[in-house]
Parts: sequence; C-alpha cells; structure tokens
Amino acid sequence: MGTETILIILLFFMLAGALIAVETKNLLSSVISLGAIGVGSSVAFLFLMAPDLAIVQIAVEVVLLIFLIRGTIARDVIPQRGHIAWGALAVVVVLLAGLLAFGTYAFRGIGRFGQPVISAVQEAPSNRYLAEGVRETGAVNIVAAVILDYRGYDTLGEATVLFAAILGALTILRVKGFTKGGQR
Amino acid sequence: MKGMTVIVKTITRWVKVFIFLYGVYIVLTGHLTPGGGFAGGVIIACSYILLTLAYGKEFALKRLGPRTTAGLDSGGALLFLLAALLGLGYGGIFFANFLQKRFPGREFQLASAGIIPIANIAIGLKVGASLFLIFIILSILRIVLDEKGQQSMVQHWPEGKGEE
Amino acid sequence: MLYTLCFALFLVGLYCVLTKKNTVKIVIGLGIMDYAVNLFLVLLGYRHGGVAPILDRSTNPVDFAARSVDPLPQALVLTAIVIGLGVTSMAIALCIRLYEKYGTFDVTQIRRLKG
Repeated sequence: MGTETILIILLFFMLAGALIAVETKNLLSSVISLGAIGVGSSVAFLFLMAPDLAIVQIAVEVVLLIFLIRGTIARDVIPQRGHIAWGALAVVVVLLAGLLAFGTYAFRGIGRFGQPVISAVQEAPSNRYLAEGVRETGAVNIVAAVILDYRGYDTLGEATVLFAAILGALTILRVKGFTKGGQR
Repeated sequence: MKGMTVIVKTITRWVKVFIFLYGVYIVLTGHLTPGGGFAGGVIIACSYILLTLAYGKEFALKRLGPRTTAGLDSGGALLFLLAALLGLGYGGIFFANFLQKRFPGREFQLASAGIIPIANIAIGLKVGASLFLIFIILSILRIVLDEKGQQSMVQHWPEGKGEE
Repeated sequence: MLYTLCFALFLVGLYCVLTKKNTVKIVIGLGIMDYAVNLFLVLLGYRHGGVAPILDRSTNPVDFAARSVDPLPQALVLTAIVIGLGVTSMAIALCIRLYEKYGTFDVTQIRRLKG
C-alpha cells in the first residue's frame, strides 16, 4: 500500500467526519466529529514524515475539544427550528461546486504529489537549510533550526499573535467588578 | 465547578506528574528529537487542565493562581525578546545565534545549538501559560439570572482571589 | 487527486460557515477550514520515499539532503496550528458573550432582537 493510497483513505475518512460534523443536529456529536477529523489529520502528518506536526496537532485538538465542550455545550441550548431557505442553499452549493471545479483545474499547475519544488529548483532555500543546517546552527532537528534560527523573526510574530489572541479573549470575557455568589 | 469521582481523582494524582515531565522533556530536547516549544507547551497546559477538571477549580487555583499564570506568560514572551535582542547586541543581526558562534558545542548533545534551547523554553512557557489562562477564565464563568429576569455573566472566583 | 480532496474538505468547512444558524456550528466550520489548509500545506512538501528532516547519528549528510522532505512548510504549519487554537478560543469567547447578551446561540434571533 503506497503512501498515496493511505492518504486518500484518510482524506475520505476526514471528509465523512466533516459532513457529519456539519449536518448533525446534536452539538455534542458535531464536536466529537471535529475531534475525529483532528485525529485523521495527525495520522496523515505521520505518514507525510512530519512528526513535530503530529504531536502538536493531537495535543491542540484535545485542548480544542475541551474548550468547545466546556465553553458552549455546558450551557442550556434550546434548538431553534427556523425555516430552511432552499433558494439560498442551492445558490451556495452551486457556487461551491464551481469553486471545486476551478480548484481542480488550478491544481494542475502545482505539480504532481510527491515531487516538491525543492527537487526541481536547486536554488530553493530549503536545499540550503538541509545541506548546511547542522553545520551552521548545531541543531539536529532541521525544523527547529528553521523556526528558531533561520526564520526566528516569524516565530516572534507568532508569539505576538498568540499573545494578542489570548488578550482579546480575556478582554471579551471580562466583567466589571467580581462577585461571590451572584452579587455585584 | 466540582471535581469528578474518586477513580478519576486517584488516577490523576498518579498520572499528572508524568504528563508534566513528558511536556518538559519535549521542550528541552526540541533541537534533538521531534517536538519543540509549541508541542511541549501544549502538553504542560494539558496537565494543569487535567488537574482542574479532576479536582475542581478551587484546588487548582490554589496551586497556580491567575496572576502567577499571567506573569509566567509575559515572562516567557520577554525571555524570547531578550534572547533576540542579545543576538542583535552580540551578533550584529537581530536574533543571531550568537552562542553558537562563540561556544559551538558538538551535535547530538543537550547543550548544543546555541540559543535554540533557550528560545524553546521561552516559547513552551508562553504557550502553556496562555492556554491555561484561557481555561481558567472559561471555567469560572457563570451566567445567572438577576431579579429583572435578565441574564448576566459573573465570574465566580473562589474565595475572592480576583483578577483586578 | 489528493489536492482536490483537501480542497473539498476546505469547501465543506466554508459551506458550514455560510449556511448554519448556530454560532457554535460556525466555529466548528472555521476549525474544519483550519485543518484543511494545514494539511494542504504539508502535502505540498512531500517527496516520494522521503525521510523526516531530522538527522540521526548514522545518516549520511549528502544522502539526507537529497532524500528528505521539505522542512519549510512544516515550519510554517507548526506555528499555524497553535495560532488556529488561539483564534478559535477567541471565537468561543465571542459566542459566550453573544449568548449572555441575547440568550440564544441562534444567529437569526440575534439579528431580530437588535440590542
């Protein structure tokens, strides 16, 4: 079984999980299907030879499930039954199908799966990172060398974005004054 | 938020240290094996989230309060910035790996690769503290109805250990 | 074929954001789009018969440089996964605020009861 076959099976599994997550009425099953997509994605990263990403993906997906369940499902949700606008739904589906056709046509310019850009273009920076990485940085893990030495400025930007996102979430959930037992 | 049953509490008491140790291991050997600051930081946050879920938020907030967590978060970010600025000072370029130029270690050792382990520790601290802070805020919120029938959101801190 | 499937996953997430009435479902749709984009970026860098970009004591450096997969998309996606978590947690905070102010998770009700 080649890698490509395994990845196609995993992607079909993820697509099935996504369709279940979108269409089901029960919010808890929807969130658990999102977790299944995350596990499929993590196994796909393992087959694509990216072990760093597999660890990060599975840990982040567990924390995401905990946040979603803790933050929203624990409240009282009364399902609303509005009318379904069939006309708008049909327009959206037609547009998305058109986008999928356009995407299939556009991906012909990328190149086949399994032949990355670095094997075609010799001056790509990744070739230099792979050839000189250990000698210049001393790190054996080339991905860590890329994110913390060659592209360290991007990691500083990422730390800033994470800081701002957490600060935004804390500010949204702030109440004025604190209380004990329901009194302001 | 109350804790869980006795079975969950017993298993948590044994397992949480191993999860924390695993997270610290992944952060420290980020330049040798797969992992790094981000993966280790999320796993460290997971160990504290497990503690909060199993024992209830009063117990967990006594161990690691919100002010300490916010301080660790900012400390991690400042440590990263300090490492980058020292690279500017000693190496001439922002975020230069000046320790590798001065004291090059051998590969495959824990103390090699210059500034990369220090940056990994800073990132791990920052990511772990951020995620635990979000979880604290999500777990102390409560929506109550006051006398007019309006809903309002209150933060139910245990023993008044507030944020302001 | 693989790229088309990945793009289809992205479009399923986009469909969820566009047509669902529950704000939590919209956040789930954002999460699906996130997973699809990260997987697509890593798919671009794979090499047939490749090895992970981590050296061993026994690898030959020249051989490693010719056989390893691309490390640059992996570096990009590593930070993107954690940022996706941060942004989704901010979206959940918005959902909770909306629930507190309007009493419902339904988007059509929120549009009706303006303030």
